[in-house]
Amino acid sequence: MENKVEKIEIKVCMGPVGITAGGPAVLDAFGAELERAGVSARLEKNCTRHKVGCKGFCSRDVLVDVVMDGRRTTYQYVKPHMVARIVREHIMGGVPVADWEVNEDYRTFHDRQVKVVLSDCGEIDPEEIGAYIEAGGYEAVRRVLAGITPEEVIEEVKRSGLRGRGGAGFPTGLKWEAARKQPPGLKYIICNADEGDPGAFMDRAVLEGNPHSVLEGMIVAAYAIGAEEGYVYIRAEYPLAVERLKKAIGQAREKSFLGKDIMGTGLNFDIKIKLGAGAFVCGEETALIASIEGQRGMPRAKPPFPVAGGLWGRPTVINNVETLANIPYIIRRGADWFSSMGTERSKGTKVFALTGKIRNTGLIEVPMGMSMREIIFSIGGGIEGGKKFKAVQMGGPSGGCIPEHLLDVKVCYENLMKLGAIMGSGGMIVLDEDDCMVEVAKYFLNFTQMESCGKCVPCRIGTKRLYEILDRISKGEGKEDDLTLLERLSRDVKLASLCGLGQTAPNPVLSTLQYFKSEFEAHIQEKKCPAKACKALSVFRIRKDLCKGCGACMRACPVAAISGRQKEPHAINRGICIKCGGCFDVCKFGAVRKGKDQKNGKGKKRKLIST
Amino acid sequence: MQKTGKQEKLGGADVGELEDICARHRKEKGAVISILQEIQDVFGYIPEDCINFVAARMELPASHFYGVATFYSQFHFSPRGKNIITVCCGTACHVKGSENLISVLGRELGIPEGRETSADQNFTLEKVNCVGACSIAPVIIINRTVHGKTNADTVAKEVKRLRGAKDGKQGGKD
Ligand SMILES: Cc1cc2nc3c(=O)[nH]c(=O)nc-3n(C[C@H](O)[C@H](O)[C@H](O)COP(=O)(O)O)c2cc1C
Ligand code: FES
Repeated sequence: MENKVEKIEIKVCMGPVGITAGGPAVLDAFGAELERAGVSARLEKNCTRHKVGCKGFCSRDVLVDVVMDGRRTTYQYVKPHMVARIVREHIMGGVPVADWEVNEDYRTFHDRQVKVVLSDCGEIDPEEIGAYIEAGGYEAVRRVLAGITPEEVIEEVKRSGLRGRGGAGFPTGLKWEAARKQPPGLKYIICNADEGDPGAFMDRAVLEGNPHSVLEGMIVAAYAIGAEEGYVYIRAEYPLAVERLKKAIGQAREKSFLGKDIMGTGLNFDIKIKLGAGAFVCGEETALIASIEGQRGMPRAKPPFPVAGGLWGRPTVINNVETLANIPYIIRRGADWFSSMGTERSKGTKVFALTGKIRNTGLIEVPMGMSMREIIFSIGGGIEGGKKFKAVQMGGPSGGCIPEHLLDVKVCYENLMKLGAIMGSGGMIVLDEDDCMVEVAKYFLNFTQMESCGKCVPCRIGTKRLYEILDRISKGEGKEDDLTLLERLSRDVKLASLCGLGQTAPNPVLSTLQYFKSEFEAHIQEKKCPAKACKALSVFRIRKDLCKGCGACMRACPVAAISGRQKEPHAINRGICIKCGGCFDVCKFGAVRKGKDQKNGKGKKRKLIST
Repeated sequence: MQKTGKQEKLGGADVGELEDICARHRKEKGAVISILQEIQDVFGYIPEDCINFVAARMELPASHFYGVATFYSQFHFSPRGKNIITVCCGTACHVKGSENLISVLGRELGIPEGRETSADQNFTLEKVNCVGACSIAPVIIINRTVHGKTNADTVAKEVKRLRGAKDGKQGGKD
């Protein structure tokens, strides 16, 4: 009864989320079921099943593509026990299991995207160099080595308009040219895979989904600038990326894309992996170099810029993962094709990580110039749980929060900078009405004050003071002139800090102050947190009509402030409650309510007026 | 500080491991971080004696090793618990409530704020700045397995499960 399929390919998502959701077990289940049904035996080589990197729509994992004679069906939320039915009804019977197929959402999520860097990620087996080559991989290296001069390569990259995807957006071709022009001798190319920006995972997805594209980009860069050694500096928090990268380097050596006398052309180039050790500042290029040299990862003043005096004092090009992963596609398809996408000054595409309070969390790639509204509401599907959008945080600790009324702005380096955010590496964290902007600013300043390397005073002490001011505001202890102080101190820290970390650390404060000043004022003057997020300014109570008496809150309470019998409504003793919010988080029935602390508010306000 | 777990005095086997690590990196420029990472892989943390030992072998001042080791948050100077629970405190996880997970876990595990490892050395609770699984925030990692979309209830259950497993194992051994 089996229909006459000639070729079957099963692709199981094993990106960061796919694995957690059970990807490996699903892949095994397909193996076993196809075996049992006799499909593997009949089609032999024409029946393949393999893992793929992140397919993007992480909130639907495990995602599985079943490709039969070129026709693709995608299933979502696949669990091992579902596999038997898919094999029986779809693969054997020829009728896809409609209930488990992806729906309209999946198409709207993908339709507006343009995939360059991610074009093979999620399609090919990242641990097989053969799969990458079959998809056109290493064609750029072949072509470049077969007769394009380094100068011509640089010209092509310049013409493409590619700018660094690591944050600052420096034109990649210009950087390469500067390194090329240095006197000959030892030169280095470093791939910055530190991805320290919390809430961003684009580089991880590329490294795990298509590591060869990054290696190929590095080989082309090495040829262009004349480097014989390269490093990938990767954070230790990404063990799977490290493993796949190591495997990829080994395979590339075997195929003579790396090592001595590459493909018989006389070119030598090899790549080493260096593991980061958990310091955000090491994403900054001079600190990264210090770290590879085995030092404390402290930045130094520039110039000399790394292109003139970098690793071990030699000319060094540092590029971000995504920047390098663009290179093979630019060489293959040409600068004109690349520069036809995007805006006047920001060409190509950008990968973003959609996270936070958004429905479709995941990884997307869109042409530069798309509006944030389209990204968040069309691709991202809007806010989860029917809540109201408040802001989108872009650029991590160096970036800012963009409010609703500016969402129609087109995403490009210049526009974001104007709005007080930055492109950053591409994390987009969506915040809703429940998020307090004072708390968000405080979160980032806590981050930077901890990650500041301590070398320069404005950053070391300035970020700490900024944090302390935000902390007291969030507790309702802010002073009248705190906002002026925040602004002044922010400007000083920006101006006087040594490296990019300190120079951008106040951005989260300045942008939230600019767009959400009233929230700060409510905390200071009324001792209220309008979002009801700041715990010190809230009271917790249990609604008797909703409480089922399950006892979860009682068990969660660290100070035994909750009492009540089983199956009877519980109550919180406000005298004992420390407002940790534990009960609020564990209650499955929405019976624990957070409200504004009326008493506290009024009392303090009166005092404030009377003094 | 209480000395538990691996004893502080280096034994024969430990010296062998350290000699191997030094030999692997003898000719390499700037290997200090790699050496420290390998020491930590072997011992689970960086014992003081090890630093002094490798510093002498590599003919570098011990202060250089200390300087580097204390700069990076990855390195630990006291023994870690048998079970390691890592809570992601990256932005995506933060806005989805990771702070509360920390307080719940601290309470369940009996680890007061400011400490990382429980008194019985059974659990270590640590924070990390993002593990790159932000789309299933909040994320925690228990002994290298990533758990996504967690909440106070699920983590409390996980801890109970770990406790049970531990008791079971001990019962078997005794
Ligand atoms: C504090 C700080 C952290 C940074 N972190 C990263 C990072 O994690 N990844 C990255 O690619 N660039 C990071 N950068 C930017 C790098 O310094 C550098 O500009 C970039 O890697 C250059 O590559 P590109 O031209 O391809 O963007 C950081 C910069 C600063 C100041
Ligand atoms: S913020 Fe937690 S995994 Fe990225």
